[in-house]
Amino acid sequence: MAEIANHLGTPPAATRMNDLSIRVRRSAEYVAIPLFALAVSAVLFSLFLLALGKSPSEFFQLVIRGGFGTAFSLQNTLQRSAPLILTALAVAVPARIGLVIIGGEGALVMGGFAAAALAIPMVVGHWPPLLTWFIMAVTAALVGGIWIGIVGYLRHARGVNETISSLLMTYIGIAIMNFFVEGALRDLSNPNKPSTMPLGDAYMLGKMPGTDVHWGLAVGVILAIILQILLTRTTFGFAVRVAGGNARAALAQGLPVGKLIVICCMIAGACAGLAGFFEVAAIQGRANASLVAGYGFTGILVAFLARHNPIAIIPVAIMFGGIVASGGLIQRRMDLPDATVLVLQGLTFVVLLTSETLYGRFKIFQPPTTDDRT
Amino acid sequence: MSAVAAIPLVKPKQAISIETVGMTKIFGSMAALEDVSLKIEAGTFHALLGENGAGKSTLVKCIMGYYHANRGTVLLDGVEVDIRNPRDARALGVGMVYQHFTLVPSLTGAENLVISRADAPAVIDWKKEMRGLNEFLDHMPFRVPLDVPVSSLAAGEKQKLEILKLLYLDQRLMILDEPTSVLTPGEADEMLGLLRGMAQRKEITVIMISHKFREVTTFCDSVTVLRRGRKAGGGNVVDLTTEQMAKMMIGDTVIREGATRKPRPAGDTVLELVALEAEDEEGLPALDKLNLKVSAGEIVGIAGVSGNGQSALVEVLSGQRPLKNGRIIVKAQPFEPDRDTYHRMKIFGLPEEPLKNATVPKMTVAENMAFRTFDRPPTAKFGWWLSPGPMRVKAQELIERYRVKTQSPESAIADLSGGNVQRAVLARELSSDVDVLIVANPCFGLDFASVAEIRAQIMEQRNRGAAVLLLSEDLDEILELADRVAVMSGGTINYVSSIEQTDRTTIGKHMAGH
Repeated sequence: MAEIANHLGTPPAATRMNDLSIRVRRSAEYVAIPLFALAVSAVLFSLFLLALGKSPSEFFQLVIRGGFGTAFSLQNTLQRSAPLILTALAVAVPARIGLVIIGGEGALVMGGFAAAALAIPMVVGHWPPLLTWFIMAVTAALVGGIWIGIVGYLRHARGVNETISSLLMTYIGIAIMNFFVEGALRDLSNPNKPSTMPLGDAYMLGKMPGTDVHWGLAVGVILAIILQILLTRTTFGFAVRVAGGNARAALAQGLPVGKLIVICCMIAGACAGLAGFFEVAAIQGRANASLVAGYGFTGILVAFLARHNPIAIIPVAIMFGGIVASGGLIQRRMDLPDATVLVLQGLTFVVLLTSETLYGRFKIFQPPTTDDRT
Repeated sequence: MSAVAAIPLVKPKQAISIETVGMTKIFGSMAALEDVSLKIEAGTFHALLGENGAGKSTLVKCIMGYYHANRGTVLLDGVEVDIRNPRDARALGVGMVYQHFTLVPSLTGAENLVISRADAPAVIDWKKEMRGLNEFLDHMPFRVPLDVPVSSLAAGEKQKLEILKLLYLDQRLMILDEPTSVLTPGEADEMLGLLRGMAQRKEITVIMISHKFREVTTFCDSVTVLRRGRKAGGGNVVDLTTEQMAKMMIGDTVIREGATRKPRPAGDTVLELVALEAEDEEGLPALDKLNLKVSAGEIVGIAGVSGNGQSALVEVLSGQRPLKNGRIIVKAQPFEPDRDTYHRMKIFGLPEEPLKNATVPKMTVAENMAFRTFDRPPTAKFGWWLSPGPMRVKAQELIERYRVKTQSPESAIADLSGGNVQRAVLARELSSDVDVLIVANPCFGLDFASVAEIRAQIMEQRNRGAAVLLLSEDLDEILELADRVAVMSGGTINYVSSIEQTDRTTIGKHMAGH
């Protein structure tokens, strides 16, 4: 074989360049551009506030105080970050195989509802709480996984656009839950808000010791780390990256692209379903319309801002948890409607998507070019 | 202007002469075109030769107004002109025929011609237009049926219609970008002959981008050769030999000798395609009961005009398109496009445009080189854990052995030049034992040195006993490499012959579907 190489025309230039510098430059770009996008959206949002006659500095001070200022507000923030980590993972994992799935909300609702519904006979039968939670969690993950798995299957087998189908399935999911909580599974002792039967205090998932934050945060962080390892350090993750980067090349290498797509979608749905489980078992205590709180949609923003990197999702989710948590304070102090925070989120998303076009435009982030061209 | 276009060519128009002075075009820090001056007399059939990236299309795009040259001027009929966009070029009588057709397939030839006019009226008086068109055609040296949809015309007729369109728009300086790549050899010769005739009658001036020496020596009057953005030479074709032109194109680059074909007794059949049927995106048949056998130690070249099912065949063989009917048999066993089969049967592939079809551009060189082996030891531990260490070592070894020019194994493969991407893919696909090799247009868009290397590598694999299926739009490539040639037309193989018992004309006839 070596003699073939000797025939090859061009001289060798595989010099050991500074790999570290290439990597640092590349990742610096992934941090700098989203930060820049955040700054731009903050400026735009300030203009919006000024147009309403409100003070931007007061707003951002309130966000910091209401989200991170006190031990109480910080715990409130973390409480809200937990579902955001999970729903962001539900966007990030399919994104690695090239799918834009925005139906985390539907998987969250379906997972939470299925867990709450299945819990009823177990609560009535006085099953041990640990076993009940376990079965509820597995059910939520399974239902969520199948829910988004359907999206992946439709995409692979029928070429249905996964973004649209996952969004539309969200509305189907919400309708299914409403159908049952307003009908067969309605708790008649609660006349105000159609809900499933409450779990009761004995079956509510407790807080992590020493905090006021439920276990969803720990599970979210651990899952993020596990998925990061899965995507970067395993053959499965490698195959996903090949299929996501170039499906034709992946097929030519004999990779089961369709199977990989469905598996990624099922992992995503399972994450969102788990978020639903924690909302039911740790916060709401029952399934009702409160599950449709928009965590699934905010998770899309979190995942995009984190550039679909599971580890980066954790701090970004905490930041957005803080913004969501400070909503009440802002409403009271600044006399602004609740939806103001949504305006900020929407602006951030649009600016962020626009900033995608900036990658590769700044020389400082690029590896030094050589002029030897063949 | 409108008066001219409405009753075109009542009296024959004259060809235009063109001169460029010091044309320079800089992209970023790289000069794609540097100080290129050329002078083409009216009524000349001029060839523009050069390797990929030599600056041929940059020059032409500067003339057409797609690019703004950083320096340099264009003179038409001795007058300096300022061409800011393609519309200006068109108004000055400069037109271009592209590699791929720009006609609207669902419209007829007449409709295509009329709507192409800058002054096409909102309401078209077809009686008047048809009269004008017929009058126009009477002055033309060839005719094309104008009353049928363009989609039902043969490739050669479409190309003629493209040229008629330029004449109809009164564009007497024609720039042709590799116009024959979609034609059969017969169609190509006919079309070039017509253009040559018109040029000799001083009706048009032609600049043709080409890389086929045969066409240049047979039909062109003069030639300009570009290399790395500069003019490397030129002159009258009669004064130059093919060797001299090739030398100008490649400069001092050392070209590897073509690998010698070792005589081999016919081996066992390794790859057998039985009655293959597949559909294209619209559900129309792309492969129609295709049968072919490839034995160990032979190269079977599949010739054909592009669009006759070649890409569908490659896609079926590489798992990118489902097989509707038929069987693929490798070493007497059924073939499934999965990793296990590829590994067990030692099936490898070199697709065309490797960056697009065989790599993930954003992944690193090392990762791209590991596509074959990432799920096997030593790169994979316990069958699922990925170890970057062994992957890197292996990549480093391949990079050195195949002389892939890259800053580091960690560079994104998209940052490499075309030849180096191809070399990286070659390293991945050909560095272990190969029993079956599927190759499609392996040299498309590559420079001479890379082309010679790749052809030698393919021959090398054949000599070592691999069964090679080579699909190529370049008939010369097939004539050089293949032991047997098969012609594909209409999704099936309609002619097979050993290379000694056939010739260009016979192959060309079958390419046209006869």
